[in-house]
Amino acid sequence: MNFVVQLLSMTMSFSVALLLASLGEMFNQRAGVFNLGCEGVMAMGAFVGMLIPFTIGQGGAVSMWWYVLSYVVAAFVGALLGLLFGVITVTFRAPQGIAGIGLQMFGVGLAGALFRTFVGGTQSIPTIPKLAIPLLSKITYIGEIFFNLNIVAYLSYIFVPVAWLILFKTPWGLKIRAVGTHPRAADSMGINVNRTRYEALAFGSALASISGCFLSTAQAGLFSDTMIAGRGFIAVALVYFGHWHPLQILGGALLFTFAQSLQTGIQSLGISFPYELLVMLPYVLVVVVLSFTSRNDTMAPAQLGKPFNREIRT
Amino acid sequence: MTENSFKIVYKLSVAVLAVLIAIAISAIVLAVVGANVLDAFYMIVFQPLTSIGHISEVLLRAIPLCIVALGVCIAYRSGIINIGGEGQMAMGVIAFTGVALAMEGLPIFIHLPLAILAAILGGALWGFIPGILKAKLKVSELLSTVMLNYIAAQLYSLCLRTIYMDPAGGGTPMSKRLSSSVFLSRIGRTPIHVGLIFALILAVLVWLLMWKTTLGYKMRAAGSGARAARYGGINVAFYVTLAISISGAFAGLAGAVEIGGVHRRMIEGVTNGYGFAGVVVALFGGLHPFGIIPAAFFFGLMKYGVMRAASQMGIPANMVDVIQGITILVIVTAQMIMSNTYLQARIRRNLGKLILTKKEREEIAQNRAEGGAK
Amino acid sequence: MNRDSLAKKRSESESKKITSLKMEHITKRFPGVLASDDITIEVGEGEVLALVGENGAGKTTLMNQLMGLYQPDEGRILINGEEVHFKGPNDAFKAGLGMVHQQYMLVPNMTVTENVALGYKKAWKGIKLDLKEIRKRIVEVSEHYGLLVNPDAYIWQLSVGEQQRVELVKTLCLGAKFLILDEPTSALTPQETDELIALLKNMTSELSIIFISHKLAEVKALSNKVTILRHGAVVFNGNTDDYSSSEIAAKMTGHEVELPENKEPDMHGDVVLNIENLTVMSDMKVPALNGLNLQVKAGEILGLAGVSGNGQRELAEAINGLRPVHSGKIEFYGDEFSNKRPSYVIKRGMGYIPEERNIEGIVPPFSIKENLVLKDSTNKKFSRGKSIVKAKDIQKNAERLKEEFDIRCPNTSIAAGSLSGGNIQKVILAREIDREPKFLIAVYPTRGLDLGAVQFIHNELLKKRRDNVGILLISEELDEIMNLSDRIAVIYKGQIQDILDHKDATRAKLGILMAGVKE
Repeated sequence: MNFVVQLLSMTMSFSVALLLASLGEMFNQRAGVFNLGCEGVMAMGAFVGMLIPFTIGQGGAVSMWWYVLSYVVAAFVGALLGLLFGVITVTFRAPQGIAGIGLQMFGVGLAGALFRTFVGGTQSIPTIPKLAIPLLSKITYIGEIFFNLNIVAYLSYIFVPVAWLILFKTPWGLKIRAVGTHPRAADSMGINVNRTRYEALAFGSALASISGCFLSTAQAGLFSDTMIAGRGFIAVALVYFGHWHPLQILGGALLFTFAQSLQTGIQSLGISFPYELLVMLPYVLVVVVLSFTSRNDTMAPAQLGKPFNREIRT
Repeated sequence: MTENSFKIVYKLSVAVLAVLIAIAISAIVLAVVGANVLDAFYMIVFQPLTSIGHISEVLLRAIPLCIVALGVCIAYRSGIINIGGEGQMAMGVIAFTGVALAMEGLPIFIHLPLAILAAILGGALWGFIPGILKAKLKVSELLSTVMLNYIAAQLYSLCLRTIYMDPAGGGTPMSKRLSSSVFLSRIGRTPIHVGLIFALILAVLVWLLMWKTTLGYKMRAAGSGARAARYGGINVAFYVTLAISISGAFAGLAGAVEIGGVHRRMIEGVTNGYGFAGVVVALFGGLHPFGIIPAAFFFGLMKYGVMRAASQMGIPANMVDVIQGITILVIVTAQMIMSNTYLQARIRRNLGKLILTKKEREEIAQNRAEGGAK
Repeated sequence: MNRDSLAKKRSESESKKITSLKMEHITKRFPGVLASDDITIEVGEGEVLALVGENGAGKTTLMNQLMGLYQPDEGRILINGEEVHFKGPNDAFKAGLGMVHQQYMLVPNMTVTENVALGYKKAWKGIKLDLKEIRKRIVEVSEHYGLLVNPDAYIWQLSVGEQQRVELVKTLCLGAKFLILDEPTSALTPQETDELIALLKNMTSELSIIFISHKLAEVKALSNKVTILRHGAVVFNGNTDDYSSSEIAAKMTGHEVELPENKEPDMHGDVVLNIENLTVMSDMKVPALNGLNLQVKAGEILGLAGVSGNGQRELAEAINGLRPVHSGKIEFYGDEFSNKRPSYVIKRGMGYIPEERNIEGIVPPFSIKENLVLKDSTNKKFSRGKSIVKAKDIQKNAERLKEEFDIRCPNTSIAAGSLSGGNIQKVILAREIDREPKFLIAVYPTRGLDLGAVQFIHNELLKKRRDNVGILLISEELDEIMNLSDRIAVIYKGQIQDILDHKDATRAKLGILMAGVKE
């Protein structure tokens, strides 16, 4: 039982990274932009998140406000990268898949290069402490799993219904959904399609960057070149798996983090088993899940991946 | 200026501008990481050209780049983007080493071809999977190939740690030195191996395949307009799967030449980012075999240059990824600007306005006035 | 809902009445085309101006400039004598303009209310979207004009006719006092068309209308004034009542175009295409064809009429091996075609002119000559041993077909995608006809083409009929179907409603069948 509780609590505290990145990608895709550069944005976020507390504290403890600052800066950097991607794919209408690969290489490479320059070798920072909720965290099992997380994790889970509200109950969400499904109609109703896509990209990439920041500040307490380890790509896959809906994306994020946690969990049990096979598991799962996710979806943004050009009639 | 000559000038200016922008961004990043920009550029781009020793090191890196990129080109032209070169190459290495270790004692003219064939099949298998998943289940190859890269990397590490590990290696994850019956011979006294000749021959073969055969015609049709190709009786699913399998085979072969020609034992990090770089080289080479050859040389140069700059100037080795990322972003953008006839026409018109003679302007004004009076 | 509150709502939402609207010397250039060439038009209060012209004459482009979707390169727009500048549709809405586009501008996976909300900025209250207010407004407007819509329905659930009503309601909700309608009847049955015309006539007591059409009967029925465009320029202005339909038609094309008619005796060949009980799924996995039965003989043109979206596309795709058959059979000269590959169907002599000529009929980046051998790349005429391409023969073939089919292009090595719609269709026609098919399926073969190209294509189809080739002609243009067909079948919800001999077919009869009514 203890083992299961440990696995589940690990899942709850670590799925934040996938969840936020995936929700960010959901906003991009709802607006019709397929951002495969998520991985690169996350790497930059992770680097920024690590840089600020490290520079201030040189590895020692620092005030929580510096962490707040690192999340703000990470969000800002993410938004900038999103806008850069917008210039390339929205304004100049470059093919989004290959441009995303470019952004991924650029982001991962830049984060690593800057890290070498400004931090140097492997350095660690204290992670954001857990915040046990009074009373609730005392409930057997449940408390351990759900109410003993850090503040970022709580906020991220609260963000799931908020994302739903944004998407379905605000004018901005209405615009996002319209420009991803029928940009021409949105255009004829006086909605600036490209601007809306830029906004979605900035917002979505800010979320991806925050997710990277979570990895370095709350989960690992360090930065390394390979720390994102494909989470950005899994996040993109999760959006399909979750049918562009925040709640289903949450389910997917939990499932995949559970698969990732298995590796740590089984190793901690001391069972001798080639750990590579466990590390492989989430990636295999992505391929399997993508194979069985239906592609004929009424909720899918129909113009996903297609640039908008008012002057070319189709 | 006639319309055609304007078109050429327009495209040339976009290309020049793109190169300048790519250099400028790279320079900014170099400056941020604290390098002397001019020195760094000299060391990365020019110094490797100053001696035979350097040039052969560059060529050594250009060989796998070229082979991987040729494969990427076949797939891309057939409508499937293969960013799984890294994993396919790893599978090639695993298969090559497996045959090399398991069948020691065979004569070179049997052992080497067998090992290479195994590498080709290993890579092809890793290309076939995303191909068939895309063709039958519409799984995005961009995601599946990346996932397969991670899976292959784990298999690679598993093999190195267990069945392939050299018992005399003191626990280092590497195989023992392979028998000389799987070595690719070197050219003269240089470290360059016959893989270079393979790469050049393959470039010609790819060109013949894609533009002179009906198979190439069908693959290109599937890539340029899948719906029309299907309508025209071309089995798009088959040709797409075939194309990425061939693409994977190329990457597997690249793995074989790296082991048989350079390392001669399986060690960690053989794939060394060649899989991703191959995509950049293919794009930079205009997705054409004869463009890929110089492109591979250029990025081999870059890889070697940055490596030297890393050890001698302290520039982070990740600069290679940064430059490759910038290259992709700039190329795809520049291509769109070049093919944007609307933008082209607008620029032409506005330039035209600037250089109209006074008389022409008066005429236009007069016409306008008469029209208004009507 | 009483009228007073409606009037109050409207007065606060709307600008003053539009008593006159004028576009002066409008010029707009696209690469290689002068889309609007110094155009001037004028509409007064309560007037209906018909903007008439062939496909590609520049009608829609002109109206898009009026709505602020495109910016004119030269010229100005005056409302009530004052110059206005519309940076986008929002400015046009504010001035009281509203446009119903030819392809409906509705987001399919949103409700009617949400679709109206896209333009109804008054309900955008900070971060809150007041859908209740919009819903109320929709109900008011639809009651006032007698346009029934369900505000909570998703667009994808609605029929074409219902979507048309939603478009009108949407435009009126945004406070339009001046309506622009772009070919509003193109997807409607004849009866629905009549209803719409009557409704619009009623509206002219409150609104002015610009009405784009190339159907002259509707122009005569609805408009007071007519402006004719040809190649982006105004060629005629006048009062509708002073001119007959044929006079307007002549001015529209600039020369007399006599479309050919099928006046030849019936061939009475054998049934060569026999479809029984065919059921096929749509992309949404619901039945698009529902036990359809159809027989076509050699040497006859069978016209398949119907509102688009009733299974026409799926039928053509199922026959050609492009869509799986759920049940039933497709027999072609005794061969079973169900669930066969496209190559199998092609080899047995089936020719197919597909609906989406730009992406299905040609490989757009491929050159014209490459496209002309799309179905024959391994034919021994064009390849050595099925594997090496014979570039010279492909070139010669292209030169010959370019002459025979009058494909207008500088050379046959340029990308087929860069050609005009009419020339793309000629490339497809050349390829399909030169292969000497035993049968031809033509889906919307003349949609969006100018009359010259239409005439060419009709003549080619009739020529093939004389060669004893069976032709299944799928079209939404009743004139085309009635001119060419020996027999006319009407498709509705995936089934054949009825088949009429062309002598017995009238617009009214076909219209009733198209609407799903069986006698």
